[in-house]
Amino acid sequence: MAVEKICVVVVSGTRERLQMAAMAASVAAVSGMEVTIFLSMNAVPFFIKGASTDAPSEGKFGELMVQKNAPDFKTLFRQAVELGDAKILPCSMALDIAGIDTATLEPYLGEPTGLTRFLDLAQGAQVWTF
Amino acid sequence: MAEKRIIDGRGSFCPGPLMELIAVLKMCEIGDELEVLSNDKGSANDIPEWVRKVGHEYVSTREEAGVWHITVRKTK
Repeated sequence: MAVEKICVVVVSGTRERLQMAAMAASVAAVSGMEVTIFLSMNAVPFFIKGASTDAPSEGKFGELMVQKNAPDFKTLFRQAVELGDAKILPCSMALDIAGIDTATLEPYLGEPTGLTRFLDLAQGAQVWTF
Repeated sequence: MAEKRIIDGRGSFCPGPLMELIAVLKMCEIGDELEVLSNDKGSANDIPEWVRKVGHEYVSTREEAGVWHITVRKTK
C-alpha cells in the first residue's frame, strides 16, 4: 500500500494554530505517514534557536493550554522529526524577508525551500494549512 | 526476557503521553510491555487507536482514581 503523504503548511504565529499544526503533524508522522512541514510567514521566527514559544493566543483556549501544561508546539514539531522522520522545511522567501540566517535555525529543520520545490513535494499529498 | 515499563504521562495532554510512549517503544525490545499512566481521557482513547493502526498489541486500559493505565506490548 502506498504511503500516505501529508504536507502541513504553517504560516500563523498564534498559539492555537501552531499547536494544532504541531499536534496533527506529529501524530501523522508517528503513524507511518510521510509528513512534510513547510514553515513560512509568522511561524518562522519561533524556530530560531532559543526563541520563546510564548506565541500570542487568538482566544481563551490558547491561555488554557498554557495553564494546563499542554505539550509545547516546538517539542511536538521536534518529535515529529525525531520519532516520525518528518521533514520541516523553512520557506526561503520568509527567511530572506525577515533577514534570518539559516545557521540560527533549530538544528532539526531542513534546508530552506522555495515554492517550486514545495509544490513538487506536495504533489499527490493532502495539504493542511494553519 | 520481556520487561514491563511504566511511562508516567500524568499532567500532560494529548498527544504528550502518546509521544512519550513512542519514544520508549523505539528503545525497548520486542515483547516488552509498556504501561502509560495518564489523567488525560483523550490519550486513553487515542493511544489504543494508534497502537492498532501501527500494529503493536493493545493489552488493556483501566481507570483508577482518575488515572488511566493503558498497557501496550511491542510486537515489531
